[in-house]
Amino acid sequence: MSAAFETRNTVDTLATQKYKYGFETDIAMDEFPKGLNEDIVRLISAKKDEPEWMLAWRLKAYAMWRKMEEPDWARIKHPPIDYENLYYYAAPSGPAPKSLDEVDPELLTMYEKLGIPLNERAALAGVAVDAVFDSVSVATTFRSTLAKSGVIFCPISEAVREHPELVQKYLGSVVPVGDNYFAALNSAVFSDGSFVFIPKGVRCPMELSTYFRINARNTGQFERTLIIAEEGAGVSYLEGCTAPQRDENQLHAAVVELVALDDAKIKYSTVQNWYPGDENGKGGIYNFVTKRGACRGARSKISWTQVETGSAITWKYPSCILQGEGSVGEFYSVALTNNHQQADTGTKMIHLGRNTTSTIISKGISAGHSNNTYRGLVKIMPGASGARNFTQCDSLLIGDQCGAHTVPYIESRNPSAKVEHEATTSKIAEDQLFYCRSRGLSEEDAVGLIVNGFCKDVLKELPMEFAVEAQKLLAVSLEGSVG
Amino acid sequence: MTALPSRKLEAWRYTDLRSLAAISFAEAAPVAVPELPDLGLPRIVFINGAFDPVRSTPPDFLEKFSRVAEASDLPLALINAEQAQDGMTFSLPEGVDAGAILLVSYASGVAAPVALHPRHRITLGLGAKLTLIEIAMGEGVYWHNPVIDIALHASSALSHYRLQNEGQDAFHLATIRAKIAAGAAYESFSLVIGARLSRAEFHATLLGPKASTHLNAAQLLRGHQHGDFTSVVAHDAPHCGSRQTVKSVLDGPARGVFQGRIEVARAAQKTDGYQMNQALLLSPDAEMDIKPELEIFADDVKCSHGATIGALDPEQIFYLRSRGIPEDQARAMLIRAFLTEALEPVTDAAAREMFEAAIEAWWVGQ
Repeated sequence: MSAAFETRNTVDTLATQKYKYGFETDIAMDEFPKGLNEDIVRLISAKKDEPEWMLAWRLKAYAMWRKMEEPDWARIKHPPIDYENLYYYAAPSGPAPKSLDEVDPELLTMYEKLGIPLNERAALAGVAVDAVFDSVSVATTFRSTLAKSGVIFCPISEAVREHPELVQKYLGSVVPVGDNYFAALNSAVFSDGSFVFIPKGVRCPMELSTYFRINARNTGQFERTLIIAEEGAGVSYLEGCTAPQRDENQLHAAVVELVALDDAKIKYSTVQNWYPGDENGKGGIYNFVTKRGACRGARSKISWTQVETGSAITWKYPSCILQGEGSVGEFYSVALTNNHQQADTGTKMIHLGRNTTSTIISKGISAGHSNNTYRGLVKIMPGASGARNFTQCDSLLIGDQCGAHTVPYIESRNPSAKVEHEATTSKIAEDQLFYCRSRGLSEEDAVGLIVNGFCKDVLKELPMEFAVEAQKLLAVSLEGSVG
Repeated sequence: MTALPSRKLEAWRYTDLRSLAAISFAEAAPVAVPELPDLGLPRIVFINGAFDPVRSTPPDFLEKFSRVAEASDLPLALINAEQAQDGMTFSLPEGVDAGAILLVSYASGVAAPVALHPRHRITLGLGAKLTLIEIAMGEGVYWHNPVIDIALHASSALSHYRLQNEGQDAFHLATIRAKIAAGAAYESFSLVIGARLSRAEFHATLLGPKASTHLNAAQLLRGHQHGDFTSVVAHDAPHCGSRQTVKSVLDGPARGVFQGRIEVARAAQKTDGYQMNQALLLSPDAEMDIKPELEIFADDVKCSHGATIGALDPEQIFYLRSRGIPEDQARAMLIRAFLTEALEPVTDAAAREMFEAAIEAWWVGQ
């Protein structure tokens, strides 16, 4: 029996390993009726106690969405989504908890199972967490510590009420309401998400983190995140996602907006592990997300790092608009698809300002019957003298039933700009596997090692605690198929 | 007539044909024809899209034109099929080495704009060999919309060299399709210097094991020229190789486009695909748009692409100047060196000389 064959056998058993986060939490929920219309938008707004301007903003987005068509340019296939058959709002019932003690113990247990330190003892971890359960933020930790340094970290629904001037100024300024189909939908019905404001000159004293959890059936989750770093401010933000294991598909359409002013730095890391569906492609999350950062200030920097292992379908292009002189955009991505998963992901780097630089490192791994596409745009506008871009896209194929695709768009309109793009596709070499095995590693460890090496450039960009999680995730998601 | 493709079609996002759509074309009338190049080879001449027996010295295998049906979804090939009146047709028998032949197309839209839609068909039998040198030229406003269908049987080899030197007001939209059987080789190089708006769209399909293709090109554009080089290399069989090096040099407000897709089917294990695209922007108004694509469904393959866009390296210019070479000469030297790699597969001496002369002329015209 060849090494490859044996490996495949071992891994096939692992492939059927249950999705670790597939449990459901039984909790009393408030849900609105199914379907989407103006009344639902008004209901969500009323439920959140929103001011008039916020409702007007939502209604405008709703009207735009009604006129838009679902985009079809991505290399993904799915049955039509019935937007009238979704719940647009689901939340644990009862009044909002004032402190962790008031949070439903069921919820705390759930986050415990997910390994998310909501309790204050997480001080050890040194991470402030905002947990979003279905549509609402259920708990935010360390708010007082953060408040001392002037950092605002709260659910966005609260920010709308407490800090309307900031929200009004920045919400929709990076991703306008009518930007695309899913962004418009999100703008109309978003129910919660995180809001972060780092004032001038402050480096956020701890890493901030949000955990998103879809629990309820037939719900769409539409969270909205807005992060603003003022002049000289800095923040590292982590995001994690899970969902229960179900046979039907669920929609997740989030919008994330980042604003960096002069000398500000924002690092945004994602470990996306929504339920990917079973080995036959049944169930799983449709993850249709718009993420964009604006480097408005000189020398500002926005860095996206993502490890995408979950979701039945991923449609996501975290982007940077490099407006400020000398601003920097980075995109580090590992996208792993297995079984029948589909991922169409990448980035856009729009160079407007002088001496702006961007780096794109994308590692795609396809296994099983999955399809994995990198799609990206590097655009150098005439004003971006001295701009610089480096792009590296590597794909790894595991098995002969999957697909790996690379679709970069490069548009340059300034001769002093330098743009470089490289892409390769390969498989795990037999000699590499053999070498590892001859050193006493099992096939699955060898594959894990090689793939982790393949992803090293990206994983090293992740904050410590995420890096560990990401490596484990890769191992579990991957071991499914080697050939 | 089938409608011209609009930019809404993904394959046409970088090339806008509205300026072509605005022109109304007249019937082609007899025109004065200047001296045409012959390179000392058997020559097939088309004037305004019609075969010209007087100026041609055709090889004996040339056949009569007959119309064909078009089954593709390529708008320009459909238009060509509807309009095609003439074209070069031949089929080389098994084992024949036919040497080199020259295809010259001359068009004149000086009196009134004309549109020409020649349909050329080339078949090479088992083990046959041919070098085809193609020159497209003309004057005035005209639209040259050739379709070249190439069928290469097992182990045959076609070297296809194209010099696109159309008039400055011309539109040149060529579709070249090559079906390449086991062990056959399609080697191609295009030099694009003419036309106000041009696009060469290559579809090379590797149908049998060990088939191979080289699709190289160089675009030298200046003024308001728009040059689009689009290619789709489909690997449908195992152990095939494809190589592409495409270079663009853009001056003034010229705009260059490169779109290149490598498709690897499930069956095409052991594919070796390589694609390099590089552009030099010589002026602040020039624009280059690149879209290299990999679409891969087999796991045991080696595919890569690379792309760079930038200006001449000031350090290299400085180095040459420090050796006593004046700046403009240093620039010319570097640009020629930049183009050399794309010219590599041009092994035919006559073709190579022709391309080098054309590059020289472009440079002098600067």
